[in-house]
Amino acid sequence: MNLFKADLHIHTVLSPCGDLEMSPGAIVRIAASKGIDILGITDHNSTKHGMLTSKLAKEKGIFVLCGAEVTTKEEVHCLSFFETPDALETFQQYLDKHLSFVKNDPKVFGYQVVVDEDEQILEFEERLLISALDQSIDQVAAEVRSLNGLFIPAHINRPRFGLLSQLGFVPKGLNPDAFEISNGVTPQAMKSKYPVMANSAFITSSDAHFPDAIGGAFSMFKIEKRSFSEIYKALHNIDNRSVWPANQAKA
Amino acid sequence: MKVSDVVEKLGLKVLSGAKGLDLEVTGCYVSDLLSDVMGKADAGQIWITLQTHRNVMAIASLKDLAAVILVSDLLPEDDTAKQSEEENIPVLGTHLPTFEIAGKLYALLTK
Repeated sequence: MNLFKADLHIHTVLSPCGDLEMSPGAIVRIAASKGIDILGITDHNSTKHGMLTSKLAKEKGIFVLCGAEVTTKEEVHCLSFFETPDALETFQQYLDKHLSFVKNDPKVFGYQVVVDEDEQILEFEERLLISALDQSIDQVAAEVRSLNGLFIPAHINRPRFGLLSQLGFVPKGLNPDAFEISNGVTPQAMKSKYPVMANSAFITSSDAHFPDAIGGAFSMFKIEKRSFSEIYKALHNIDNRSVWPANQAKA
Repeated sequence: MKVSDVVEKLGLKVLSGAKGLDLEVTGCYVSDLLSDVMGKADAGQIWITLQTHRNVMAIASLKDLAAVILVSDLLPEDDTAKQSEEENIPVLGTHLPTFEIAGKLYALLTK
């Protein structure tokens, strides 16, 4: 079994609050310099930088989970990841269909751009991507599950946009693949406060919006090799695979 | 004042949980963060919100609230309505947005 360092919550320049320097190419370069083995690309309500980051990362020996950070109707942020380009595209269509239309004001939220590997702008995203979907957390979870994806409520213990602030407690039957925790809280503390989490996996991530933050918090995966199915096994503690949060002082 | 009096005086729709219309109303709490309501709402209050998730009913039950008012023509999700029936805590509806219905309820309760 091998150990891999994973930062599964990273925003690119496509996210409204993502720094202009967060191009897929730059993220991969910085991740490589920090020894990160697995990256999760999770822009707000968009998957459009996943595949390019994945391609560029492959050249540096980094594995990428492609997905998005979804804003549910209740304003709960949830990470979602997909194994195949087809599933990712289907999920993008779901996001396009259900994202409320609010026009982005670049003066307030910054530009939301899709770039190519030469960092040329391919597309300006017109809709404000931090708006919410018209879908409940349960509907989003069901959609992710129908596409065999991974569903991980993000920064659940933060006072804003986390599962616990918005909904008070974990809805019965949600059964996510893991919970992302932040601010130094431990899995043990969460498990003792919320018995429903007794058998859950926990990750920590940087939620990086600018280059220096990448890898500022990460998780360790004990898996055979880096693949979607091995990561799934680690999140569900199958065949001796596992994952644990590994906090590190902010870079 | 009973929930049924509030329904009548403010022209609310009873969306579910009609068996709870006799509950006594002691006041009102307005919030869309369920964690906040869990910490700060008091028994007997009517809760005004735009959240429609079934966790709303779990918290209404936990805090012994008198009723929930959904604003702006929002409807409870199916399992939310079901739990409202089971708990006998009414879910009420209005076309008014939060500011206006809260103002009317404030005026009614402080008369």
